[in-house]
Amino acid sequence: MVSFFSKLKESLVKTRQGFIEKVSQLVAVHSKIDEELFEELEEVLIQADVGIAATQRLLEEIRKSVRQKKISEPGEVKTLLREKMVELLGDPVPVRWSDTPPTVILVVGVNGVGKTTTIGKLAHRFRQEGKKVLLAAADTFRAGAIEQLEIWSARTGSDIVKHQPGSDPAAIVFDALQAARRRGTDVVIIDTAGRLHTKVNLMEELRKIKRVVGRELPGAPHEVLLVVDATTGQNALRQAELFKDATDVTGIALTKLDGTAKGGIVLAIKEELGIPVKLVGIGEKSEDLKDFNGSEFVAALFGEDRWE
Amino acid sequence: MLFEGLAERLQNTFKKLRGKGKLTESDINEALREVRLALLEADVNLAVVKQFTQRIKERCLGVEVLESLTPAQQVIKIVNDELTSLMGGDVSKINFNPAGPSIFLLVGLQGSGKTTTAGKLALLFRKQGRRPLLVGADVYRPAAIKQLEVLAKQINIPFFSLGEQADPVRIAEESLGYAKAQGCDLIIIDTAGRLHIDEELMEELKRLKNVLKPQEILLVVDAMTGQDAVNVAKSFHEELELSGIILTKLDGDTRGGAALSVKAVTGCPIKFIGTGEKLDALEPFHPDRMASRILGMGDVLSLIEKAQAAFDQEKARELERKLRKQEFTLEDFVEQIKQVRSMGPLEQVLSMIPGLGGAKQLKKLQEEFDEKEFVYLEAIINSMTPEERRNPSIINGSRRRRIARGSGTSVQDVNRMLKQFEQTRKIMKQFSELSSGKSTRKLKSFKFPF
Ligand SMILES: Nc1nc2c(ncn2[C@@H]2O[C@H](COP(=O)(O)OP(=O)(O)O)[C@@H](O)[C@H]2O)c(=O)[nH]1
Ligand SMILES: [Mg+2]
Repeated sequence: MVSFFSKLKESLVKTRQGFIEKVSQLVAVHSKIDEELFEELEEVLIQADVGIAATQRLLEEIRKSVRQKKISEPGEVKTLLREKMVELLGDPVPVRWSDTPPTVILVVGVNGVGKTTTIGKLAHRFRQEGKKVLLAAADTFRAGAIEQLEIWSARTGSDIVKHQPGSDPAAIVFDALQAARRRGTDVVIIDTAGRLHTKVNLMEELRKIKRVVGRELPGAPHEVLLVVDATTGQNALRQAELFKDATDVTGIALTKLDGTAKGGIVLAIKEELGIPVKLVGIGEKSEDLKDFNGSEFVAALFGEDRWE
Repeated sequence: MLFEGLAERLQNTFKKLRGKGKLTESDINEALREVRLALLEADVNLAVVKQFTQRIKERCLGVEVLESLTPAQQVIKIVNDELTSLMGGDVSKINFNPAGPSIFLLVGLQGSGKTTTAGKLALLFRKQGRRPLLVGADVYRPAAIKQLEVLAKQINIPFFSLGEQADPVRIAEESLGYAKAQGCDLIIIDTAGRLHIDEELMEELKRLKNVLKPQEILLVVDAMTGQDAVNVAKSFHEELELSGIILTKLDGDTRGGAALSVKAVTGCPIKFIGTGEKLDALEPFHPDRMASRILGMGDVLSLIEKAQAAFDQEKARELERKLRKQEFTLEDFVEQIKQVRSMGPLEQVLSMIPGLGGAKQLKKLQEEFDEKEFVYLEAIINSMTPEERRNPSIINGSRRRRIARGSGTSVQDVNRMLKQFEQTRKIMKQFSELSSGKSTRKLKSFKFPF
């Protein structure tokens, strides 16, 4: 057992090398495009949480291109792979905006991924743009959740609509939309309680919230953001699948990219479910929110750039 | 999109292989490819997977396939044994201070579940006769201290903090005196979530450690974490010398490969798992269960044992008769759920039934019967007349409204419950056939799906 752990530690040290070194290394090491090269590319992707299935499909496409274009230079394989990944992620898609205010953004996701923080950052951004923002405190379940959102509302100068802890989230959403209409709010952002996608009742509750929004304001919510923590592994795909099923997710906010996790699972999510990443979170402060950009993301995934 | 478990994968690999005897090297290689895929899909770290499969290979080479097992089963057995032993043999001990109050420090990334886990630990140890104090030292996340305070109040546990302006080390230090004054003998400190690469904040944890000399430093890890789990665990361990790990959010459908990854890099035991948002949803860690979860394979043998122990043979026969005659009532429904629940977490039970574990319907059923639901369910059924329980088809709209009022639920709840009942009637039929006395013979000749 001991030797197992020590061997493992050794190999982990190696894992910590940047991806760039790895990829260029392996490209340099390989004088021809062979199975070994593909195997090592596979490892790079798997370590970024891209997942087996998506990785294999990506590599299959590379193989096809290599055959078709009669590529024999290993260095080109890497370029090809990046191209494919950027292509898969697609052009940047902005957060949807309604022609007639208020724009309503519903924010959903599992526990602790960064929903409330992302809302705070979004509110900050919109306030900077001079918009009137209203936050709906529809996480009535987690202890302290309402207070947390209140702090963000004070920080950003946004309005907030809240009820008592434990009250019906749909009722809060209803009140928030009424208030937004009255006050001429530009954008309403709805915070919801974190929930595991496997809890049928709680997913039903989200459906209800969304229904209420649509009833009160036809066409809304204009954006349903699923917040995904970049440290999440393959389970994020299941999350996306089930949240999409319940709320027609229109975009992903990928958080915690300031850590060492790469968030590669969004490639699989984009491929399987077609949901684009729209925003990335790179810290805990108001300003730590960026619009998603596929080539930047891929560069970071290969360790060439850090998010800043 | 539900990926197959290892058992199914190996079954396919070994389909052609019927003979017994030694496993050949090429059999093993083929099997190991499947093991590798299963582990990676479960989010076990790639480096860990490589080491692990190498080890399995060594063990499999030249092994005689046991008389009673197919080659696939033999490989599964080896993989399962190895995985279990790697995840730690016995349930591990918690360290307490024999002289004076014990101090537990909870650390981890943002959003991993530290605060909730702090509350759960307090509740658990109070049940064991200790007097915990909860200390809020997360001064960074807005309202984090408030969150812990509310939790503490919910379970009636003393709470201490100095607010968001204070230095976490000072909060911790001063909590010692407060604990003494309150007669508390266990101090559980919730710290802010932080990135393992955040030097300043990691330094803060080291100061906390030096000042407090805690008996337990527990890393709280989200079970849904992917490949990065090793980097996180390794850094925290290097900085703080962890004493154990707590895995959270295992009530979802993650395979939880992070368990193996963090255990492998730190060598620290996993001490508890979190299985729900409620404060009593904390359980000791069982390596064997985690092994079959990661591998996604039904533990067929222990299912049979458990099923036979839990299902009263008489009742099962009676049930079977009723099912045949379409007399399965709501009372039987509650009885059935009680029996199934007495076998352990429903998900686990269902995952043990080969071929059934993946069935969508069952999954849904399992999800619907969390603890809370069960309480609802009993309340609803208790609000029915005996007539209604025996013959649910008479429950019309006005009866539904009455039942909802009587049980403090909504008509939708009643509707849902009746629907679940219908589904269950169907499923239980299969279930009872599997375990009823009459079909023990059937069970023996029951074909394993691999
Ligand atoms: N490092 C880092 N932490 C984040 C980021 N987004 C959120 N967090 C932290 O993650 C934790 C959980 O966030 P919260 O917004 O409460 O999650 P929620 O439960 O989904 O609402 C908090 O400690 C946040 O400060 C991010 O982009 N980077
Ligand atoms: Mg929140």
